[in-house]
Amino acid sequence: MQAPRDFWHFEKDISGCGVFGVIDRARRLIPGSEPIAAMCTMHDRGNGLGGGFAAYGIYPDRADWYAFHLMCDDRDALERAEGVIKQFHDIRHSEPIPTRKVASVKNPPVVWRFFVTPKANRPAWATGDEADYMVGTVMHINTKVPGVFVFSSGKDMGAFKGVGFPEDIADFFRLDEYHAHMWTGHNRFPTNTPGWWGGAHPFTLLDWAIVHNGEISSYGINKRYLCQHGYECTLMTDTEVVAYLIDLLIRKHGLTKREASWVFAPPFWDEVDRMPEAEREAFKALRMVYGSALLNGPFAILVTDSNGMMGLNDRVKLRPLVVAEKGDRVFMSSEESSIREVCRDLDRVWAPKAGQPVTVDYLPQGGAA
Amino acid sequence: MSGDVMCDEKGFCVQREGERCVIDATGVYYRQLNEQIRAALEHGVTDIEVVQVRGQRYIATAVEGDVHFTVRGVPGQDLGAFMRGPTIHVYGNAQDGVGNTMDGGRIVIHGMAGDVLGYAMRDGRILVRGDVGYRVGIHMKAYMDRVPVIVVGGKAGDFLGEYMAGGAIILLGMHSGMADAPITGRNLGTGMHGGVIYLRGRVPEYQLGPGLAMEPVDEADMDFLRGHVADFAAEFAGEFGAVGDEPADAATLTDAILSEPFVKIRPFSHRPYGNMYVGTN
Repeated sequence: MQAPRDFWHFEKDISGCGVFGVIDRARRLIPGSEPIAAMCTMHDRGNGLGGGFAAYGIYPDRADWYAFHLMCDDRDALERAEGVIKQFHDIRHSEPIPTRKVASVKNPPVVWRFFVTPKANRPAWATGDEADYMVGTVMHINTKVPGVFVFSSGKDMGAFKGVGFPEDIADFFRLDEYHAHMWTGHNRFPTNTPGWWGGAHPFTLLDWAIVHNGEISSYGINKRYLCQHGYECTLMTDTEVVAYLIDLLIRKHGLTKREASWVFAPPFWDEVDRMPEAEREAFKALRMVYGSALLNGPFAILVTDSNGMMGLNDRVKLRPLVVAEKGDRVFMSSEESSIREVCRDLDRVWAPKAGQPVTVDYLPQGGAA
Repeated sequence: MSGDVMCDEKGFCVQREGERCVIDATGVYYRQLNEQIRAALEHGVTDIEVVQVRGQRYIATAVEGDVHFTVRGVPGQDLGAFMRGPTIHVYGNAQDGVGNTMDGGRIVIHGMAGDVLGYAMRDGRILVRGDVGYRVGIHMKAYMDRVPVIVVGGKAGDFLGEYMAGGAIILLGMHSGMADAPITGRNLGTGMHGGVIYLRGRVPEYQLGPGLAMEPVDEADMDFLRGHVADFAAEFAGEFGAVGDEPADAATLTDAILSEPFVKIRPFSHRPYGNMYVGTN
């Protein structure tokens, strides 16, 4: 490809990634058409090289089984993966992920889902708990089985992603046929890394799913740090580290979401210096222990799990993020217009401050709303 | 709606009523929407109302002359970028990049606005009823009688007036959805080497970027503030509480705004960064 001769022949690419999330705190179901319409409003934030969605509450009849979503180069790769899964898990149900042919989605991989439970008699080397065992399986398949990647591994949730605009990927995976009580969506404009199926967002592990606008400049440091804790990055995109870091910090080390957000976007040292002594010491300790988990660079991320959603900006807010409420529904998005597309009348709209997370949990089940 | 149908050579058509036309942006892609706006302008329409706007970018971008836009909904990025002359009223919230490199005219937001509002603005006015985002007024500049002014009724994020070279930002901190937030955040005026930021109230010194002084306002400042506050109050009278939530008329609102002390923030020397890269003496 040759560069245009004159500057006025350049077509500026106006993209910059877009994220959208919606949660119904009372677990009322939201049709897929809503997040799809919201992402369509932000069409120009991506360039067709990545789109995806995460949906929670989509497998209520199989909610006790881990849902593995696999993308495979071909049927042979799928069989290799199935062999490995059978070795460590009981497969309760196995089926192709329903898709339809979409003209703009070229050469899709074979996509399959297995609903599994870990084998009752696990191998002697499996020392951790069940979640560790699941993480181990995902890491094993992604690093050791050629031509296969696990792109979703939680319970009663699933990620759907690929190369295309989000509306094309939604069409491909027939997401208009799903209902979920929480959705996130992503429109990708790859900057530093390839636009391939595994590199689309969300990035997931167990029931964590991350969508991200920005770039993680600390990827190298984060990746090496994760490697020491048994997480191996294979998807060639910076956001992958956020999914594994959040699992390490919250599930393994017991930090709260608020504490994890202080690790990702810590206060500046001059702010720490002005804190009362006890607080200052706590923040110094957090920085010393988790300096390698700090996320440098611009980001607006949505983190979801079975408890709810968290939105977070980098500490100098180099990417947009807007939050809105309407009754039990909470929306988080790169652009307010996408929220208005699906909900004209909002109770409250605000832009959270840099580094200050907005955390929304589901209401207690069975209790009064 | 009756009236003439106007089309440009590409076949984009809008309906007009004399000098006025209404464009429904429902489901219209930003390129087509801007083609329709340009078709209307080419046919001499001077008053354009765009309704059901949801995220369409570049509305009124690079439009010149005495034209009035009314935008209902949430306009997309770079509203009024590069424009020279038009007036835009937005009934709703605006997103990022409002008035990017704006060269003249007036933008009035009856709501809140996002990040980098007034980026590299060279002339004109931007008035925002509520809160604004980060890096507002970044790299504003002025030349002779061309002095851009931004007036914000709510609060601002960090990096307000970053790299500012000219013009004025007036931050009132009154009509805010963020009760607990400071009036503006850290790195206030970082890299600023010209122009002035007025704050109603004050901020701790550590929020200021290097090379800046925070001083009380003098009579000349108050004359300048009175003019722009009255202009702001005239736009938002009836939508904005002077005390509490009770909407006030323009005169009451002006007095209420000016009843609290202001401070001004500006560089304490001429060309504070003159020696940063190249020694000049």
